[in-house]
Amino acid sequence: MATTETQEYTYKDFASDQEVRWCPGCGDYAILKAVQRAMPEIGVKKENIVFVSGIGCSSRFPYYMNTYGFHGIHGRAPALATGVKLANPELSVWEITGDGDALAIGGNHFIHAIRRNVDLNILLFNNKIYGLTKGQFSPTTDLGFKTKSSPQGTIDNPFNPGELVIGASGNFFARVTDTNPKLMQQIFIESAKHKGTSVVEIMQNCVIFNDKVFAPYTAKENRADHILEVRHGEPMRFGANNEKGLVLKGFKLEVATIGENGVTEDDILVHDAHEPDSTLHMMLAKLHDPIVNGVIRDVPAETFELRMQRQVEEIERTSKFKSVNDLFTSGETWEIKPH
Amino acid sequence: MGATAVQELDKVVIKFAGDSGDGMQLTGTQFTGTSALLGNDIATFPDYPAEIRAPQGTVAGVSGFQVHIGQTHIYTPGDQPDVLVAMNAAALKANINEVPRGKTIIVDTDNFKRKDWEKAGFEEDPLESGLLKDYHVIEAPITSLTRTALEGMGLDNKSITRSKNMFALGMVYWMFSRPLDYTERFLKDKFANKELIYEANVKALKAGYNYAETIEALSSAFTVLPADMEPGLYKNIMGNEATAWGFLAAAEKTGKELFLGSYPITPASDILHEISKHKHFGAKAFQAEDEIAGITSAIGAAFAGDLAITTTSGPGLALKGEALGLAVMTELPLVVVDVQRGGPSTGLPTKTEQSDLMQALYGRNGESPVIVVAAKSPAHCFDMAYTAAKLALEHVTPVVLLTDGYVANGSQPWRIKKVEDLEPIVPHEASKNMLNWQPYERDANTLARYMVYPGTPGYEHRVGGLEKDHLTGNVSYDPQNHEEMVKTREEKVQRVADYIPELEVEGAQEGELLVVGWGGTYGSLTTAVKQCEVQNRPVGHAHFSYIKPLPKNTAEVFSRFKKILVCELNNGQFVKYLRGELPQFEYLQYNKIQGLPFRVAEITREIKKILL
Repeated sequence: MATTETQEYTYKDFASDQEVRWCPGCGDYAILKAVQRAMPEIGVKKENIVFVSGIGCSSRFPYYMNTYGFHGIHGRAPALATGVKLANPELSVWEITGDGDALAIGGNHFIHAIRRNVDLNILLFNNKIYGLTKGQFSPTTDLGFKTKSSPQGTIDNPFNPGELVIGASGNFFARVTDTNPKLMQQIFIESAKHKGTSVVEIMQNCVIFNDKVFAPYTAKENRADHILEVRHGEPMRFGANNEKGLVLKGFKLEVATIGENGVTEDDILVHDAHEPDSTLHMMLAKLHDPIVNGVIRDVPAETFELRMQRQVEEIERTSKFKSVNDLFTSGETWEIKPH
Repeated sequence: MGATAVQELDKVVIKFAGDSGDGMQLTGTQFTGTSALLGNDIATFPDYPAEIRAPQGTVAGVSGFQVHIGQTHIYTPGDQPDVLVAMNAAALKANINEVPRGKTIIVDTDNFKRKDWEKAGFEEDPLESGLLKDYHVIEAPITSLTRTALEGMGLDNKSITRSKNMFALGMVYWMFSRPLDYTERFLKDKFANKELIYEANVKALKAGYNYAETIEALSSAFTVLPADMEPGLYKNIMGNEATAWGFLAAAEKTGKELFLGSYPITPASDILHEISKHKHFGAKAFQAEDEIAGITSAIGAAFAGDLAITTTSGPGLALKGEALGLAVMTELPLVVVDVQRGGPSTGLPTKTEQSDLMQALYGRNGESPVIVVAAKSPAHCFDMAYTAAKLALEHVTPVVLLTDGYVANGSQPWRIKKVEDLEPIVPHEASKNMLNWQPYERDANTLARYMVYPGTPGYEHRVGGLEKDHLTGNVSYDPQNHEEMVKTREEKVQRVADYIPELEVEGAQEGELLVVGWGGTYGSLTTAVKQCEVQNRPVGHAHFSYIKPLPKNTAEVFSRFKKILVCELNNGQFVKYLRGELPQFEYLQYNKIQGLPFRVAEITREIKKILL
């Protein structure tokens, strides 16, 4: 059985013989390690795993995985991955992408893959910068931020990837920082289990062009007060002493402190990742202080390939054509006799 | 009047023209289907505006369908109509210059009122002005006769008016001694759940037939006897349909699933429609979010082991360029179909042209060779789609198949093939016992790499758009390796010449002049060359279906003629390619860039000019 065999894998089985060539200190190393550690846990043989990517620093990822891999062209990985999955739905297909690849040049493919709900696991490395082209602003760069191509500061409004995913009717969205290997690994396993398109946004540090952009959340002294880690079925609490939590005031989420203003533990909202109505998930995705980590949305929904399969079965059952020969001789034909 | 003399004709060209809402395409295909069943050779050409419903009654809104039927072999829809059916003044205005004097014009006089001919752009009533004095004009109030015929059936006015095309068809059926049963069967099927509409259409058809028989205007009816065709089972097929079927056949032959990634575009969409119908043959038609996703999804499917294709027209091929380069670099089997139309930019979406040749050959960054082939007629689209799939799978490379709006929408009789009689296709895949397989290890003859698909244990590997090491496929920036790989990819495509048929010459095998063409102009060129033969001006005709690589004997064929005339529906792309590939020859060129196919007369005139 697949499960027993795959349990024998260790993370080393997923490392290819290629030298990893990201900059020293790049957040990508931690993500690669976490993916390699998650792989033995997803219950799939490695010959049935395919990593597909676009262009950018993150997109070199498939070369470092000892699975099948395809390093594609800029922005087109969702379409490439869709083709792989539709050709062979048995495969576990992973897409590695970045903020420029997924949200700028590949924005169209990204939202349409999500809309269709093909069973793809998309890992979006968000470092809010173009690294490989050496430091231009990306669609997630904060407004006013100075880069090589925005020396006076950007005047573009940034995308929030979670908002985009849920807005495109996505059924799985999670967020995690590259400084939290354990949570990364857990979330990757969760995303593999989800049938349909799953998107994991990884807040990833570019040590060269955008160092410490996430430090207000990830620095040791900031983590407890500025990152809220959500778990399905548990109250959404955070803080150094777990004293803070989210409450709903009117139509807005607010941070409340337990014991202040009459707020009790029971007032804190309990996270329901499986709720089909995405209203609250959208609010969680958009919250920026604290920023929400963990699986924000995980709702079962029928996949594209399942629907495709059902159509095939239906037409196979009803059609009188068993071979294309039957099609060719259907309709009006005439015979020319030998003379 | 039943005793009207029936006169035999060798061949005849009929054009049905009316408003784009008048059902002229359907009328034309019905006449075609009926004639095909009678055993005539046929060729058709629909000619319709890009707008779905252009303003009624204007020349811009005229939709036409030309059909050529013959008892001898025919290769084109005909230069000029022998019979024009003009359902309104605009249809007459749009076509009158094409109809030679002395020919027959049927007009629906109900649509020749002052407002009609003014809208059509006539200065005075064309039926009175003397414009038609040299023609045999049949003036019939088709709309009001249809109305009278369908009176009392309880139909609304709109449905009644919409049946007038059947009345006109009935008239033409009588003129050419065609039976009505094919169209009656068609209508029964089409209006299976609308009994009243079915009855009305049949009634209009018969009324038209009887009217034509009754009126004095038609002095004789004609017939075109069955053509002398190769024995076999036939059906009438359109180019796009034939293309789709060629791929379905290739998939069944190889036992592979067919994956089509495509985005709707005129005039290629019918291939997407046709393949979408046949999911039960394991055909997956994926309508992507854009042209780029169309090809990249197909590349993903090729990597995972499907027979992968993408279909488009010129603007779409431009969008697919980068991804096609990815397929070249990753060396994956992929077929790209470009149903060419007038360009550049949006150009002339519903008109034909051969102006994407350079784009197919060179329209990518870097040294990016692909196989380029072309179909020469509607039925030939089947053969070339099948061949393109075979070459892609056996040589592990992308193939561009060029058709065009003219062959894609045209139709002709197709001698039905059986999958078991088609040439075998052997996809170039690694066998289980291949030792130390490497992703870019090559076959010594074809230079094709050995495909292994995800799901195969022990063969995990990565491909991608970065330059590859010549053996391992790992990323390589080595200067020597890059040069070697660029040359190998080119050589791999050139070696395909060892596996394709040699160039054949029709007509004179040597002599004064060789007429050269490629793709969809075959019918016009071969007809012109045959006419010249009859007039004792022997010329040869070489028609290319294989463009890159060229057939091996091309230079030898060219050397047998004193002059070479390259005819194309563009500004001279193939001739430019030939001047680069075979610079030892001098080439004359004849080009037409009007969004229209060659007329036979244009070619014969050009030939005569050269042979003077």
